[in-house]
Amino acid sequence: MKRAAMVAACLAAMAFVPALLPGYNTTLVTEMLIFATLAMSIDILAGYAGRTPLCHGAIFGVATYVVLYYASVAGGNVWVGVLLGIAAGTLTAVVFALLAIRTSGVYFLLLTLAMGMIIWGICLRWTSVTGGENGIRGTVKPEWLADQARFYYFVLVVTALTTAAMWRFVSSPFGLTLRGIKESESRMRALGYNVSLHLFIGFTVSGFFAAIAGALYAFYNSFVSPSTVALGQSVEGLLMAIVGGVGTLFGAFIGSVVIIALENFVSLYTERWSMVMGAVFILAMIFAPEGILGKIYSLLARRREARAAPLSKSSTATGS
Amino acid sequence: MDRRTFVKTAAATAVASTTAAWGTLARAQGEPIRIGLLAPLTGVVAAGGKEMVEGFSMYWDSVGKKSAGRAIEVIVEDDASNPDTALQKARRLVEQRNVHMLAGDLLANTGLAVAEYVRGTGTPYFIPIIAADDLTQRKRIPNVVRIAGYSASQMPRPLADWAAKKKGLKRIITVSQDYTFGHEQCGGFAQVFSNAGGTIAQQFWHPLNTADFSPYLAQIASLSPDGVFAMETGADATRFIQQWNNFGLKGKIQLLGAQNFTDQSVIRTLGAECEGIFSSAHFCEGNDAPATRKFVADYEKQFGKLPSLYGFSMYSGALWLDAAFKAVNGKVEDRPTFLKAVNAVQLKDSPLGRPVRLDEYGNPIYDVFIRETKRRSGGKFWNVPVEAYPGVSQFWTYKPEDYMKQPPYSRTFQGINAKI
Repeated sequence: MKRAAMVAACLAAMAFVPALLPGYNTTLVTEMLIFATLAMSIDILAGYAGRTPLCHGAIFGVATYVVLYYASVAGGNVWVGVLLGIAAGTLTAVVFALLAIRTSGVYFLLLTLAMGMIIWGICLRWTSVTGGENGIRGTVKPEWLADQARFYYFVLVVTALTTAAMWRFVSSPFGLTLRGIKESESRMRALGYNVSLHLFIGFTVSGFFAAIAGALYAFYNSFVSPSTVALGQSVEGLLMAIVGGVGTLFGAFIGSVVIIALENFVSLYTERWSMVMGAVFILAMIFAPEGILGKIYSLLARRREARAAPLSKSSTATGS
Repeated sequence: MDRRTFVKTAAATAVASTTAAWGTLARAQGEPIRIGLLAPLTGVVAAGGKEMVEGFSMYWDSVGKKSAGRAIEVIVEDDASNPDTALQKARRLVEQRNVHMLAGDLLANTGLAVAEYVRGTGTPYFIPIIAADDLTQRKRIPNVVRIAGYSASQMPRPLADWAAKKKGLKRIITVSQDYTFGHEQCGGFAQVFSNAGGTIAQQFWHPLNTADFSPYLAQIASLSPDGVFAMETGADATRFIQQWNNFGLKGKIQLLGAQNFTDQSVIRTLGAECEGIFSSAHFCEGNDAPATRKFVADYEKQFGKLPSLYGFSMYSGALWLDAAFKAVNGKVEDRPTFLKAVNAVQLKDSPLGRPVRLDEYGNPIYDVFIRETKRRSGGKFWNVPVEAYPGVSQFWTYKPEDYMKQPPYSRTFQGINAKI
C-alpha cells in the first residue's frame, strides 16, 4: 500500500518535468529515463542473477541500428522497425545467453565483453549496411512525437511500463530463483532447479528490456554509430546500475540521473570532466559501495532496527 | 572535517554553483551573437581540437570580439571525439545556451550526427573541418554550410591531374586508412588519375592506428610503382613517413599525399624524412601572399608553432562569419537572410591567399595549390606552393548533376576508369 503510494507520487512528480524544467532539461530527463531502462535491464543480471554483463550496450545498440536502418534506409514503417529492432536485440541476447550462461564471475564478464566487441566490429566494418564509422542518420520519430514534451511523456509511459514489468519479473518466484542462483548455484542445482535454463531466461528477458531502451534511443537520437554499441556504452550502463545500487532495480534511475547530470553540468566548467566523474565513482565506492539507493535502504533498515530493538531482540535485518 | 560536514559542504557547494550557472545563463540572453563551438578537447583527436579552438578564438580576439556592433560570445563545448557526445552537446548549446549558430567538430561522424540534428531545428551549422562529401552533395542540408572547409574528394583531384600530366607518373598505388574519409580522398584521386591515362596498380586499406606498415611497404617495393598516394592522418601519417624512410623507399618512389598527410600537425615533429612529398590543398603555410604570411607569423608568435589545417580552417571560418555578420548588420536572428549572406560572402584577402566563394551546394571553390614539403630557414619543414589550379570545385570539371548520379566513393567504388 505504502509502496503504491510512493510510485504514484513519483509518477505525479515526473509528470511535471516539462512544465518545471522546459527546453533542454526535458530532453535531458528523457535521456535519463532511456538510460535508466538500460541500467535496470543490466541490474536484472548483475544484481539479481549475480552475473555482471558487459554486452548490454551492444544489445541496446543493435535495436537502435535496426530501427534506424529499417525506418530510414529501407524506408519502412517506423513501428514495424521498432518491433524488428526489439526482436533483433532480443535475438542477440539469446545468442549471447547460449554462449555465456555456462560461465560465471570474471569469465562471464570477459565473454560478454568479447561478444559485445564482435557486434561493435560488425557495425564498424559492415559499411554497406551500417554506414561504417559514419553511422546511420534519420529522424524516424513519428510526427506526433516531434514535440519535446510529448516525446517525454511517451518515454515516461514506456519506462513506467517496462519498470513495472521488470519489477514484477524480479520479485516473481522466478526472480527469486535468480537470486537463489546468485547466492549459491550448487544449492539451487541440488534443489532440482535447471540453473542454466533459468539463467538463459533471465539473460533473454534482460536483453529484451535493453532492446526496448535501444529502440527508444533511436527515436531520441535520430542517429546511431559504432560508439552506441561500443564497450563504453555497456560500461556506462553498468556504472549507472552500480552507482544507483546493484540489486535494487530502482537504483538505476538514481545512477542514470547522477551520471548524465555529471556529464552535462561538470563539462560546463571544465574540459577535464571525465576526471571529475572518476573522482565521483571513487568516492561513491568508498562511502557507498552498495550504491546510493542501497545505502539509503541500509540506513533506513538500521533506523528501523534501532527503533524495534528495545521491543524485541529477535527482529531480523531486511534486505540482502 | 568529519564525513558529515564534508558531505554537507559538498552539497552546499554543488547547489551554489548550479544556481550561479543559472544566473549567468539568464544574463546571457541579451545582446551578443552567440556561437556554439564544438571541438574534440578529449579523445583520440584532442590535439586537433585544441588547435581548432586556438584558430577560432585567435580571429575573434584580433577583432576585439565584436562584429557589426554586436559582441561575439563563443561557447566552447567538448565533443569528446564521439558522435553521441557531440549530439548531446549540440542539443545543449541550441536548447539551453540559445546559440545563434553552431560551428566546428572534427571527425566526420561527429559532424554528420550534429548535421542530422540541425536539419530538424534549422540552426545554422558551419563545418570548416568536416569533409564528408555528401553533406554538400547528395544529402545536402541547406543550413549546413562548409565555410572555409572542403569536401574530401575535392582536394586530391588536382594532385592526380598534376601527377599524370606534369609529373609523368604512370602507375600509382594508393595506401589509405580504411574509413570513409580515406575512401573519398582516394576515390577522388583514383578517378582523375585513371581518367588521365594513369593506372592505379593497387589499393591498400589498413585499419586506423596501424603501428607497423612493413607488410604494405614490402608489397609496394616489390610492385615498384612510379608513385604512391598516401591518405593518412595523425600518428599513422607520422609512422608511415618514418617507415617509408627506413625502408629506403624515399627517393626511389615518388611519395604523394592527401593534404592531412603533410599537414603541420604531422610534419612539425618530423625532420628530413618528410622532405619532398607532394600534396594538394587550398592552404599553404609557406605561401608568399601577404595575408598568408601575416597569419602564419601571428599564429607562430601566439602559439609557438606553425598553423595546422585545424587552426587555419577555423580562423578562416571565423573570418567568413565576420564578413557575413557585417553583411546583415549583425541580424543573425533572421536565419534565411543570414544564410543567404553567408553563401554570398567572397573572401578576397584571407590567409587562403586567393579569392574564395561558395558553389550552389555550400562548398567553397578554391584555387588549389600543389605543394611540396621543404625545409624552411630554421630547420623546420613546411609546405610551399609549386603550382596552382584555379577554381577547383567539389565537382572538378564534371557537371554537378552528372557527378551526383555516380555512387558515393567507398571501398568498393573508387571511380577507377569510370567516366562521367
